[in-house]
Amino acid sequence: MRRNPSLPVGLTMLLILALFLIVGRLFVDLDEARAVSVAPLRPPSAELPFGSDRQGRNMFAVAVAGTPMTLQIGLTAGLLGVGFGAALAFVAAYYGGKVDNLIKGLVDTGLTIPGLMILITVAMNVRGGLGVTQMALVVASLAWLYPTRTIRSQLLTLRERGYIQIAQMSGMSGPEIIVKEMLPNLLPYLVAALVNSTSAAILASIGLEVLGLGPFEAPTIGMTLYWVNYNAAIINGWWWWWVPPIVVIGTVFIGLFLVAIGLDEVANPRLRRSV
Amino acid sequence: MRPDYVIKRIGIFFLIMWVAATLNFLIPRLGSRSPIEDKLMTQAATGGYLQQGVAEMVREYEAKFGLDKPLWQQYLVYLSDVVRFDFNYSISNYPRRVVDILLEGLPWTMGLLTMTTLISFAVGNLLGAFLGWPRAPRWLHFLMPPLLALHALPFFLLGLILVYIFAFSLQILPLYGGFTTGTIPHLSLSFALDILRHAILPAASIVLVSIGGWALGMRAMMVTTQGEDYTNFADAKGLRPKTIFFHYAIRNAMLPQVTALALVLGQILSGAVLVEVIFGYPGIGTVLFQAIRGSDFFLVQGIVFIVIISIGVATFVLDLVYPLLDPRITYQRG
Repeated sequence: MRRNPSLPVGLTMLLILALFLIVGRLFVDLDEARAVSVAPLRPPSAELPFGSDRQGRNMFAVAVAGTPMTLQIGLTAGLLGVGFGAALAFVAAYYGGKVDNLIKGLVDTGLTIPGLMILITVAMNVRGGLGVTQMALVVASLAWLYPTRTIRSQLLTLRERGYIQIAQMSGMSGPEIIVKEMLPNLLPYLVAALVNSTSAAILASIGLEVLGLGPFEAPTIGMTLYWVNYNAAIINGWWWWWVPPIVVIGTVFIGLFLVAIGLDEVANPRLRRSV
Repeated sequence: MRPDYVIKRIGIFFLIMWVAATLNFLIPRLGSRSPIEDKLMTQAATGGYLQQGVAEMVREYEAKFGLDKPLWQQYLVYLSDVVRFDFNYSISNYPRRVVDILLEGLPWTMGLLTMTTLISFAVGNLLGAFLGWPRAPRWLHFLMPPLLALHALPFFLLGLILVYIFAFSLQILPLYGGFTTGTIPHLSLSFALDILRHAILPAASIVLVSIGGWALGMRAMMVTTQGEDYTNFADAKGLRPKTIFFHYAIRNAMLPQVTALALVLGQILSGAVLVEVIFGYPGIGTVLFQAIRGSDFFLVQGIVFIVIISIGVATFVLDLVYPLLDPRITYQRG
């Protein structure tokens, strides 16, 4: 722990963000995240701590109301992806042979296709644009590929371990081995897979939003950046408009990344070297 | 190289193409019956522009995708179109053809992508190799935390920050486009330099984010080469550390990195598309952004397919190069 601060530092970053969101809710009317609720283009003041954007949104309310939506999209897609991915990986590792080859081929092929392009095609064809929930489901549609791959390879190495083979010789049944012996050892990898796929899902959803395929009604981080880009806020010097979303995204991604690295070191002690 | 290995790779390449084309065909049919009509009607209703040719577009769309033919027939027609790169007309740029617009944007994107991938791959791997080598200078280790922090960020986010610093605050680099507006692209040194200046910020957004990832992976690989027999043997033979580093350690540690390159190319391209949007770079990404804004259904479909094909080709080439790098590889393995 002392030599590898990744995990505690990452968790602290995410915790600070969570505290900001929880405490922030107490101090602002979340309805002001909608357009035309306050005077437009005001720099930060006592009244509006983060100022307001061109369409008259209270940027503090946007940060407090929109960030949880983005996190929700990421977590939903991440959980669905890891759940489905773990199930597929277990099927592949358990049955092996043709089934394993089919799943491996499917995942390898799927991973070489740039996912964002498929997501764009899906998002283009949803009637009336995407809402926050649909966005989560659209992103989840491809979120299972990478977890399947990593969990499968982890299971294959686990299968060769001594204690699994001993369990097999002692006559434990397949499902029993999976639940009693494999799952506990797999746990850090499952958590790491969840962290990674949540991060990837947030990235994909923000990508779709920046391209203009997001929920126009919602104040998510990606939509905020879409408006920043649309209104050329950076070139116009409206710094208060784009600094909060960038700080929030930076905190989320760096925090999740550090947690993932930290978990990796917990799972593979051989990696423990000072960065 | 064994023929069966090559044949298998070609097979995989065509499989990816077929999957991509089929998804491109199926997904619109799972959605609304005629997205193009929906969108055109919405545009008309919200007082948008209804250009000439829109009515023909809808009719063409109905004829192409309408329910007047059985699905398998539509599918075959679609596949034969795709094979001939016929993606129909662009809706927002009627009567231009999608393929012509793609050919205009493609060189910009490919140039940006090739340059940034090569630079970040070379720099990142070299840095990682030094970091994983016991005799490396100490100061290198201080580079790692900031590079890893950058690596966690999306490309376009760094792009926004770079625009603010270099284009808005310091005003030393252009903040938009691929060349100075108003100049006509021509072959000259001054124009080439202009293109280069415009490419610096978008390229830096991609390179600075990518380096950390390569360095991290390479460092881990280098650490594993240290205990291997071949490095010990080279050491025992009395070879110079420099020789061992470059010819034994790096060479072997590089192999998984090349495999990783094939996997992340698609992600890099997806990220580059968004970087282009931020910088208004005249490549595929900006075309895509405008196509989405104009509900240009065919153009989006064409871009999606071209991007997937490009990545497919790149993966295929990497697969063929890989055995040349690794003499131990067994070509039978998938």
